[in-house]
Amino acid sequence: MLNSLEIMETIKMIAEEHLDIRTVTMGISLMSCAGSDGKAVSQKVYDTITKRAENLVKTAEELETELGIPIINKRISVTPASLVLGGSSNPDDFVLLAKALDKAATTTGVNFIGGYSALVHKGMTTGDATLIASIPEALAVTERVCSSVNVGSTRAGINMDAVALMGRIIKETAEKTKDKDGFGCAKLVVFCNAVEDNPFMAGAFCGVGEPDTVINVGVSGPGVVKCALEQVKGADFGVVADTVKKTAFKITRMGQLVAQEASRRLNVPFGIVDLSLAPTPAVGDSVAYILEEMGLERCGTHGTTAALALLNDAVKKGGVMASSYVGGLSGAFIPVSEDAGMIAAAQTGALSLDKLEAMTCVCSVGLDMICVPGDTSAQTISAIIADEAAIGMINNKTTAVRLIPAPGKKVGDVVEFGGLLGSGPVMPVNGFKSDDFVARGGRIPAPIHSLRN
Amino acid sequence: MRAVITVIGQDKIGIIYEVSRILAENSINILDISQTIMQDMFTMIMLVNTEKCSKNFKEISDTLGALGDKLGLSIRIQHEDIFNSMHRI
Repeated sequence: MLNSLEIMETIKMIAEEHLDIRTVTMGISLMSCAGSDGKAVSQKVYDTITKRAENLVKTAEELETELGIPIINKRISVTPASLVLGGSSNPDDFVLLAKALDKAATTTGVNFIGGYSALVHKGMTTGDATLIASIPEALAVTERVCSSVNVGSTRAGINMDAVALMGRIIKETAEKTKDKDGFGCAKLVVFCNAVEDNPFMAGAFCGVGEPDTVINVGVSGPGVVKCALEQVKGADFGVVADTVKKTAFKITRMGQLVAQEASRRLNVPFGIVDLSLAPTPAVGDSVAYILEEMGLERCGTHGTTAALALLNDAVKKGGVMASSYVGGLSGAFIPVSEDAGMIAAAQTGALSLDKLEAMTCVCSVGLDMICVPGDTSAQTISAIIADEAAIGMINNKTTAVRLIPAPGKKVGDVVEFGGLLGSGPVMPVNGFKSDDFVARGGRIPAPIHSLRN
Repeated sequence: MRAVITVIGQDKIGIIYEVSRILAENSINILDISQTIMQDMFTMIMLVNTEKCSKNFKEISDTLGALGDKLGLSIRIQHEDIFNSMHRI
């Protein structure tokens, strides 16, 4: 029999410390729908998704009730759309497909569907180029579709033509959704070393190495880690790391249980549990507050990178034994607009874009949900992407950029997205130009350590 | 199915009676029960078996939740797996 203290610990984590399952994401391969006719492919895609995911939301809600743990998001990731409609060179065909994805998301009841994506780290097919060209329109006319483009990898280097293009696409997406402060950009991620089984949005897609259908689960719980660290105030870093590990283990066990049960009830293979600390704008659910609990006056000050490195590593060490399959992005997320502590740190000037870039060297992803001034040039955005991709390429890790150049907004303004996406203070970018650098084009070759065979 | 019911809140007369009455009415068998006052709060933990209950889990959960609201307490019912998986390897 379980003892009372253990039971009460779990209850407290859920009731007071925001422990939840962040997402149950069903990956659906759309390879069987592939073709070149926009209309026919869209219909097939809609039919496939609504059939395979018809019980996803219902099952997840049943699990929520029975286990008594909130499952915040139910989502779907699909095969990169550029592969599904690879035969088409008409952007309108792709927009049609985006609308079909959006409609399928509404029908199945999921809040986001990811996979309006292209993998162009070495070069672009006609389908890739057409999809990328259609992104601004697709994100403006749909609500729930998320898009991602992989522009680099440790094995292939960085496709600088794609980097230059994505700067322009991000600007165009912001412009097309300017009535909502460039909200379209919140649904668009540029990756280096994108992973095939990521359950988190906006970067989720179902890779070509995945089965027909798969269940991936992302856990969360920054509030639980913060509360655990409050109990070891002043202790040395060995104790801090140990405390994070133990907490991460418990959090991940929840994810493993939900993943196993969802997989069994839906009769869909269990893919991975993503060992993540994903913040929300709710007070007490912040990664920044964990770093501050370690002794930093404000997140972003000197010492932040070291604190984040320890946290990220301890989360993985604690989580890895708790789950039979670990994957996805696995680590701490630092999305600025989705984290109350990050927002406060950016507003007080403690946290800069440069510090965030340094932090991305040691955490799970990259420059995430950061608002920059509306007049930031496409070339500057491309250069930011290039820096981030370089960190990913050299360090053999996933990095990403999700920037919102909010039209008409200036440094100091605040952009409100609402819900889990929160609100972001507009942060300054470096005023010196990188135009000639971005204009060179071509590829940055893969690093020497990519030659591992 | 085995589930854990937790009742937390201000102590008053009749909490155990009210909770057990609802369980009996719904053919839910109590397997184990422990009750204590933790940090001034009434805390009761029950292990129950819901096999013979005709209602589905959500209905039981809502019924107990409503009783909690009436008594000014927090009453939850959760599958025991969530506790086992978190605290037992």
